[in-house]
Amino acid sequence: MTQSYRLPSGGRIARGREVGFRFDGRNYAGYEGDTLASALLANGVHLVGRSFKYHRPRGILTAGSEEPNALVTVDRAGGRGGGRRTPNLRATQIELYEGLDAVSQNRFPSLGFDLGAAAGWFAPLLSAGFYYKTFLWPPAFWSRLYEPAIRAAAGLGRAPTAPDPDRYVHQYTHCEVLIVGAGPAGIAAALAAASAGLRVMLCDEQAEPGGSLLSETGLGETGATIEGKPAALWLQDALASLEGRVTVLPRTTAFGWYPDNMIGLAERLTDHLAELPPGQPRERLWQVRARTVVLATGAIERPLVFPNNDRPGILLAGAARSYANRWGVAPGRSVVIATADDSAYAAALDLHAAGVTVAAILDRRRQPGPIAETARAAGLIVRAGTWVEGTSGRKRIASVAVSAGQGTIECDTLLMSGGWTPSVHLFSQSRGKLRFDPMLGAFLPGEAAAQVRSAGACNGVFGLQAVLESGYAAGGGIAPRAFAVSGSVMWQPSPGAPPDAPHPAAFVDFQNDVTTKDLAIATQEGFRSIEHVKRYTTSGMATDQGKLSGIQTLATVAGLLDRPMSDVGLTTYRPPYTPVTFGTLAGTARGPLFDPIRHAPLHDWAVAHGAVFEDVGTWKRARYFPQPGESLRAAVARECRAVRDACGIFDASTLGKIEVVGPDAAVFLDRMYVNDIASLPVGRCRYAILLGEDGFVRDDGIVARLAEDRFHVTTTTGGAAGVLHTMEDYLQTEFPELRAWLVSTTEHWATIALQGPQSRSILAPLTEGADILAMPHMSVRICRVAGIQARLFRVGFTGEAGFEIAVPSGHAPALWDTLIATADPTPYGTEAMHVLRAEKGFIVVGQETDGTVVPADLGFGALGRRKRDHVGKRSLSRTDILRADRPQLVGLLTADPAVVLEEGAQVASGSSVVGHVTSAYWSATLGRSIALALVADGRARVGQTLTVPIPQGAKSQGAIPVSVVAPVFLDPEGTRLHTHVEAPSLRPCPPADFAIARGHPSARRLIVRAAPTATTAIGLALGVLLGSVPNRAVRGRDRAALWLGPDEWLVLGPGGDVGSAESGPMAGVVDVSDRFETVEVSGPDAAWRLNGFCALDLAPHTFPVGMCTRTLFGKAEIVLWRTAAETFRIEVARSLTPYLRLCLEQTEG
Amino acid sequence: MLLIPCPWCGPRPENEFHYGGEAGIVRPPDPAALDDAAWGDFLYMRSNPKGLHRERWRHQYGCGRFFNATRDTVTDRIAGTQKP
Repeated sequence: MTQSYRLPSGGRIARGREVGFRFDGRNYAGYEGDTLASALLANGVHLVGRSFKYHRPRGILTAGSEEPNALVTVDRAGGRGGGRRTPNLRATQIELYEGLDAVSQNRFPSLGFDLGAAAGWFAPLLSAGFYYKTFLWPPAFWSRLYEPAIRAAAGLGRAPTAPDPDRYVHQYTHCEVLIVGAGPAGIAAALAAASAGLRVMLCDEQAEPGGSLLSETGLGETGATIEGKPAALWLQDALASLEGRVTVLPRTTAFGWYPDNMIGLAERLTDHLAELPPGQPRERLWQVRARTVVLATGAIERPLVFPNNDRPGILLAGAARSYANRWGVAPGRSVVIATADDSAYAAALDLHAAGVTVAAILDRRRQPGPIAETARAAGLIVRAGTWVEGTSGRKRIASVAVSAGQGTIECDTLLMSGGWTPSVHLFSQSRGKLRFDPMLGAFLPGEAAAQVRSAGACNGVFGLQAVLESGYAAGGGIAPRAFAVSGSVMWQPSPGAPPDAPHPAAFVDFQNDVTTKDLAIATQEGFRSIEHVKRYTTSGMATDQGKLSGIQTLATVAGLLDRPMSDVGLTTYRPPYTPVTFGTLAGTARGPLFDPIRHAPLHDWAVAHGAVFEDVGTWKRARYFPQPGESLRAAVARECRAVRDACGIFDASTLGKIEVVGPDAAVFLDRMYVNDIASLPVGRCRYAILLGEDGFVRDDGIVARLAEDRFHVTTTTGGAAGVLHTMEDYLQTEFPELRAWLVSTTEHWATIALQGPQSRSILAPLTEGADILAMPHMSVRICRVAGIQARLFRVGFTGEAGFEIAVPSGHAPALWDTLIATADPTPYGTEAMHVLRAEKGFIVVGQETDGTVVPADLGFGALGRRKRDHVGKRSLSRTDILRADRPQLVGLLTADPAVVLEEGAQVASGSSVVGHVTSAYWSATLGRSIALALVADGRARVGQTLTVPIPQGAKSQGAIPVSVVAPVFLDPEGTRLHTHVEAPSLRPCPPADFAIARGHPSARRLIVRAAPTATTAIGLALGVLLGSVPNRAVRGRDRAALWLGPDEWLVLGPGGDVGSAESGPMAGVVDVSDRFETVEVSGPDAAWRLNGFCALDLAPHTFPVGMCTRTLFGKAEIVLWRTAAETFRIEVARSLTPYLRLCLEQTEG
Repeated sequence: MLLIPCPWCGPRPENEFHYGGEAGIVRPPDPAALDDAAWGDFLYMRSNPKGLHRERWRHQYGCGRFFNATRDTVTDRIAGTQKP
């Protein structure tokens, strides 16, 4: 049996090129240009699937994406473990390629002999809502028997479990006109839109643009011609004229409408190819922002509702005509046609002309109209006023029972047409109102809620000439254009006649096995809303989404409820129109590109020295530095001992840093933080807590006063962006009168902590410009360390004497190397840092706090008693905040010192829970475990014994006794802060590093934040105008000033001195040279590549040369500047450069 | 993705913006003068209307400015934005 149903001629297939494929393990042949469905039909294969619930044999019903039955799984080589297996594909959409391997679904052991078909005998048990009422007892069977059995018996294909080996990409794009659907209306719209010189995109879900024109032969009475040419030739010429003026995207489904005319398109790039081109993405998700969307989505033919309307061999008439005309396939040898309108006659006449026996045309209409005469003249039998009462046949239809006892007709194929339903899915998703058209018995686009025009059949326009003209008008054609058309058979709906009379036990939704009886049960049980009926019966779910079943469900329910269809309404159309793969939606955001992976400047050193890393937010931080064979506990113990006894070195660069500049900077910080900042002297630091207005702790850090009008503020690693945002909020909206400006310097400064009694003696010989011996605890000096300009802080998070040295990030490796070379301090990681701070009872925001903790709970009650107002102050005196039984920070010591508690474990007093463990570690220094906890009225419980219950299921059950102590385990008097010892042997610092470090950076970057009155002076000093035009860069002699905001510029220029550009009373100037790195993207495809990750419209007229802006590139904040027509300069935070480069690699080719 | 008209930068995609809650909730100049109930109202009580809502947005990944917008909470349509 080799393509025995292939017609001798016709069709758009390449008859010279045979293509071999497999279906359910059998080999078949088709031609290039076939779909899997047309190739199967050419081989006489109709039975392609088993239905969802009853396992009834099902055949190919349609020729398009609305196909409910012919769902198959396609597997491809190259995806190990089924990684390329795609379930639930519609055979009508799968393009044939050599070696295609497809299998049917939902059958066991085979399609022909399916044990599950026994479900048909139990059909009465499986009716609407069966799972709510049939399998209720005993409850023990729910999860063990009923659910697994039902799940195994019902369903669609199996999802692959292996990782997907293919690549998927995203693309943002903008256009003036996006046309959805490249049928006659869409093509005409494109012709009109293209002539107006706009950016026009035309997409179509099929492999070839043309829509219904592809199913026209151009021959005989039913073959359409346009402007004197056969439709196919006209189409070819039209497409040729669009070339270069319109972006035509075949195999591209507009699956969803999102706010403000953003349309999601899924483009399938390689699924039709036998050989996958290496490296090429498999699918592309387009996010198109279109000024106007023209919907030319056509209409879907309706099935008829009669008993056993689901047998293989029953097709929609329009689909059968497509199979004959477009693919040269006869759907059968002997065909009966059942219709209620004219359009099915085109199928009858075309099949008849192709040599297929048309046994009869059953037309529900008593007076079918002139087309019936044409059919009769061609020798066909038209039986007016008749319809199908039922069908027979097992795996293929064998006969049709005609209404009113008019006997049966033997046949192998039944074609049906119940009229056409305009595809209004996208219009409805755009929140446009639908209006019911009683003449069409369907919903049409009504009042629009977006810039959208509907053209052609989806707007209720039928007949080729009218469709072309409506398309041209919708495309924005200035003058109407007339299209001369002949030979088109149009659907003429019969006014007032509903699509079909409800009939007991006929399938309404083929895919979900919903019958008219199910709908009747639902209405009998009281469901009135169509949305409820849908959920109870599952009608319109899965891949169908109402495409075929929607209007029939509505008509049936309206009949059952005796209400007009317009009242009952449709269920909500939701994206996606057809299924979209997870790969497409995820795009490149998987693996290393799921989120940026940020590395601090000393990351490479840590990698080279065997660090084990942990994720802290998006940062990778060194957790500990194990020596060969060393365990986590041993390494942490060694690192802690080094800090306590000698000196440890730690990379604290990820801590957030904000520079606060301006004459009112102190007042501003005083209002923001709980602590008194106004009185902080220059050169001193203060630990400070930031609250929300609700009084709860949000963040903490060190506020260091560098000058009267300049502060270096640190935040937690994770809180950096949020704190800056909050501070900007207060400055812009609550305290706009304050002259203070904020600049993020997190990535400009790298911070190296040197902690331990030897730290001062190590640093002293390396420090220039500061008397390190005279620096008190909590002080700061601007000086040089190892020749590098530095901010030297005498602070620590360990309880030891120690320093934090902030240097520009580019110099951090040199400083680190110098410190290691001269004194060999012990590198320690975040784990030791946590142990060291917990021994001292220092809190970590987010660990000791959970968003409901006030300073008093942590023992900082005194801070809330200052007189001046600050953010959150009022909340600290709320009645509830003053309650004695609030959780309070305490220490816990286990009775058995070897037991380390679980963080998060509950703390109980008797049988009542009184708190939870916030931190718990093994302390090598103390030789025992320690824990911090928040315990209700905890400070009053010091000395008590509480218990920490062990959860059930743990190896040892019961409760761990703990005694409550003050939350400082080591050196409560703080004497260690002032204990200095000499480092035993210091090697001299290599002089070469000094020379390198003394040089100026090769590129100088400044953030200038200034009031309008100050811009001129600063601009003069910098030699560049600080422009006031938003998003424009101004070039000076050798610097450029990029407008980032109305009071913010990024000034880029060569290294060297920046002259007298200083912060005055009305401005803040902050050096951020080492915060950014520069990445240039250039070439003819530069804008296209950037739009792989950036959502802005980068067309030359919307983003001209000289335009600049802060924006998002994937998940990275960047500053984007178009420096030339095909060149963009990106300034990106240095930790995000690798992410940016990886993303850009994805856009190559 | 909404297109939000920034008063400085023009229409920009939603992912560049940060929502800032209801507009016009002014921090009391002297919080200490408020009783618990009045302070609680300031902290937590919002109008949450069905329909037009005056709200704050910040063009976080853009010019960085806070501004006010009027958005219909039913349709998500932004009727207009203003500089503060």
